Amino acid sequence: MDMSLPAAAGSKMKLVMVGNGMAGMRTLEELLKAAPGMYDITVFGDEPHPNYNRIMLSPVLAGEQTVEQIVLNSRDWYAENGITLHTGKKVAKIDRRARCVETDSGTRAPYDRLLLATGSRPFVLPVPGARLPGVLGFRDIADVEAMIRASTESRHAVVIGGGLLGLEAANGLKLRGMDVSVVHIGAWLLERQLDEPAARLLQQSLEEKGLRFLLQKHTAELVQGESGRVCAVKFKDGETIPADLVVMAVGIRPNTELAESAGLHCNRGLVVNDTMQTFDPRIYAVGECVSHRGIAYGLVAPLFEQAKVCANHLAEHGVARYIGSMTSTRLKVSGIDLFSAGDFTGGEGTESLVYSDAAAGSYKKLVIKGNKLVGACIYGETLDGAWYFDLLREGTDISQLRKNILFGQSHLGDAGHGPAERVAALPDTAEICGCNGVCKGDIVSAIRDKKLFTLDEVRAHTKASASCGSCTGLVEALLAHTAGGDYSAAPSKKPLCGCTEHSHDEVRATIVEQKLKTMADTMRFLEWKTPDGCGKCRPALNYYLLCAWPTGYWDDAQSRYINERAHGNIQKDGSFSVVPRMWGGLTNPQELRAIADVAEKFKVPEMKVTGGQRIDLFGVKKEDLPAMWADLAAAGFVSGHAYGKAMRTVKTCVGSTWCRFGTQDSTGLGVKLEQLTWGSWMPHKFKLAVSGCPRNCAEATIKDFGVVCVDSGYELHVGGNGGIKVRVTDLLCKVETEAQVLEYCAAFTQLYREEAHYLERTAPWVERVGLAHVKAKVVDDAASRKALAERFLVSQKPAQVDPWKARAEGEARHEFTPIAAFV
Amino acid sequence: MNMSHNWVEIGRVDEIPRQGARVITTATGDIAIFRTAADEVFALADKCPHKGGPLSQGIVHGRRVACPLHDWKINLETGIAAAPDEGCAARYPVRVADGMVSLSLIE
Ligand SMILES: Cc1cc2nc3c(=O)[nH]c(=O)nc-3n(C[C@H](O)[C@H](O)[C@H](O)COP(=O)(O)OP(=O)(O)OC[C@H]3O[C@@H](n4cnc5c(N)ncnc54)[C@H](O)[C@@H]3O)c2cc1C
Ligand code: SF4
Ligand code: SF4
Ligand code: FES
Repeated sequence: MDMSLPAAAGSKMKLVMVGNGMAGMRTLEELLKAAPGMYDITVFGDEPHPNYNRIMLSPVLAGEQTVEQIVLNSRDWYAENGITLHTGKKVAKIDRRARCVETDSGTRAPYDRLLLATGSRPFVLPVPGARLPGVLGFRDIADVEAMIRASTESRHAVVIGGGLLGLEAANGLKLRGMDVSVVHIGAWLLERQLDEPAARLLQQSLEEKGLRFLLQKHTAELVQGESGRVCAVKFKDGETIPADLVVMAVGIRPNTELAESAGLHCNRGLVVNDTMQTFDPRIYAVGECVSHRGIAYGLVAPLFEQAKVCANHLAEHGVARYIGSMTSTRLKVSGIDLFSAGDFTGGEGTESLVYSDAAAGSYKKLVIKGNKLVGACIYGETLDGAWYFDLLREGTDISQLRKNILFGQSHLGDAGHGPAERVAALPDTAEICGCNGVCKGDIVSAIRDKKLFTLDEVRAHTKASASCGSCTGLVEALLAHTAGGDYSAAPSKKPLCGCTEHSHDEVRATIVEQKLKTMADTMRFLEWKTPDGCGKCRPALNYYLLCAWPTGYWDDAQSRYINERAHGNIQKDGSFSVVPRMWGGLTNPQELRAIADVAEKFKVPEMKVTGGQRIDLFGVKKEDLPAMWADLAAAGFVSGHAYGKAMRTVKTCVGSTWCRFGTQDSTGLGVKLEQLTWGSWMPHKFKLAVSGCPRNCAEATIKDFGVVCVDSGYELHVGGNGGIKVRVTDLLCKVETEAQVLEYCAAFTQLYREEAHYLERTAPWVERVGLAHVKAKVVDDAASRKALAERFLVSQKPAQVDPWKARAEGEARHEFTPIAAFV
Repeated sequence: MNMSHNWVEIGRVDEIPRQGARVITTATGDIAIFRTAADEVFALADKCPHKGGPLSQGIVHGRRVACPLHDWKINLETGIAAAPDEGCAARYPVRVADGMVSLSLIE
């Protein structure tokens, strides 16, 4: 049944994939999403199974899961997607001239594109006896089945190799009732993941589980017994230990023989470029068999990234590039938590922060270079691993965090839960994500049913951890518990959104450098992948353009969130709330009377005093807004911008006018600050406060910009936040006069406006760029401060036009009136 | 089964902002009428399949609108929420002739 006819004109292109494993199949899934029906697809795999989750072989061996449970794509799935699947067939030859592959049993398949995803195989030590019956690798279902069989028939197991795989094998065999010794050549276990103190703690807990360790041992020979099977392991020092089963877990070797035999360039892996293409442009490759920029990855997260990029090119979209990944590791042995990422050994030019409590089985080492985290190695309490990994890959300036960084972000403390194992013990009804009301059961079933691997996927499917992020640690723990490892690798840079490859910073810089003045030009120049962006990038671009060209950019209402388009806060029933501006929180009888009249006239169902010292009118119908604003404008009010990514309020205390402790006129200064800053659009909301003395009644130290008056002048505080994550401000500097307060405030505000990512509050921005940077631009360099303040004032001229009055007078009327009404 | 449509003129295309929407009020609830960047016009019940958010207030991009309440992406042509979310908003047939938009209330 050989078929080798060339593709008939007009028929679909043929894609053949060799290697029915995790990376290859992920590529096909991505391809089917990106370009359904583009290819006739044929898959060859030499294992007799459809694609399964190789990672979960460890829990299968440990008896925690079954082979059926770890299948990722059933045979029905292949059929439903029109994929021809050949299992149990090894591709032996690629004929690149004829564009055809052939299996060892003679099946041929022609291709227009070929995808090689042959993975890797266990490295076999070159010692006598290495091929004896009873000597296994730990790679596939067949290996696991053989180990399980051996565990019922014999007693002594020896695992050679004390890496992640070896320890997982040893743990599984022990749980299957065998007597297990782990032989390791290094001075401590997992030397690529852990430093010595952490490894000692690990070894201790594993010994408590009944494993035995022989460190710094060189295997010399595997000895054959009378049955013909292996019976012992002999070391170079002459010692011999009994062995009915030997598992070799000393490393992996990429499967490149097939590629090499076809003349494709290989160098410790099949060499690909950033588009996952081999030296033959018709042949792509992904997975463990690949060498990309000299690196062959052995964890799924980077392979899945490769898969995405490869699918993009197979779909002929031609925009994605793979630029390498940073990986982190965890060990899948129940009851043992370790996490490691980056360069945790330290060395020249680095400093280490170490926390160690051997009695409690807890150890943490963070390696810092300059003011960045470059490595982490944690044993025991690992829930902060995700947070450290974020700091690491984003190169966050941690100088402000240094004092407390070792203690972690306490994700769990925030959510009121206990340590890692307890996540597994939580009932299905336990709420994990308070923001989106997602329970443990929802998350676990989504991970299982929808085959989720990464934190981002769980976020997309369940919305858990998609909002404030304080439950991220819990979600990661669930992911690790349900799906196996920690798969959340990240691209080395974060694109602004799915419409582009470029980061926030790159987009901002390009707008200024290339003098891009419209959204369409920006998208065109930066090769946006979508015709008109999405709900994430359009508001960001609109802000970036507005900030770059304050006087020359036509604000695009359709790219603003509804609150900013309608100049009110949308409430859950679709009505709006209205907050008139009260300068510095001051008011008087006329104003209050006017507000009362408006509330009665428009039948406002509820009124409330806000945390920012304003009055909020709730439940206003959208159609009523312009008329209501007309009345408010007539009484002298302007918009309070309580709805915008904008300057919100200046909260003040009564200060020296009334308070016996007051040192300065805090209310008066608050009014001046509000007159300076009102109307300004920002990356996110922006709040100010002025307190008349260090008793700080206006809570100035949790604001974006806070002033605390003292006898000798004014302390300026920045980067505070009172929201989900409370953050106390950093002291920027002290100044002597009100005029200085205003100038520094304008300069700081403008720096934030020009540098922060859209939707980044001042608190995370200051943490990201570092207080030293802010001080350098705003405090130390007078010229820079003056220039920033000057640019702020320029941007304020067009911004300080009351949007309410304009709408009351008829602007954007379509926004507020129905186009038609049927009764 | 080709039901006879009951076409009603509701206004001109240029009364709807590009990449935006307008609302038609009816006795049985609001209908959102959208205009894409490519000047296509679609109508959906102004009620998100998630928790009833007003779709007319969302950001229109491509042939989708992002609900203003929790950011579900609803396909304007089919009313179906983009995966991984699941749900569907009611659709209304629309036609445009000489710049005049008509809507049929038979869903
Ligand atoms: C026990 C175990 C635990 C692991 N735990 C983790 C973990 O916790 N976290 C993590 O990130 N990673 C883990 N890994 C690694 C992860 O499983 C691999 O990185 C991943 O499976 C590699 O995917 P791949 O598609 O490149 O290769 P594979 O999944 O190996 O797929 C390649 C397939 O191609 C087949 N094949 C090869 N040559 C041919 C040919 N000529 N013709 C036909 N078929 C061929 C192979 O038989 C195989 O089925 C673990 C691996 C093992 C074995
Ligand atoms: S902050 Fe000081 S000045 Fe202001 S009200 Fe409190 S005690 Fe008085
Ligand atoms: S007003 Fe704020 S704190 Fe209160 S429920 Fe809404 S988001 Fe939460
Ligand atoms: S109501 Fe539309 S996304 Fe929640």
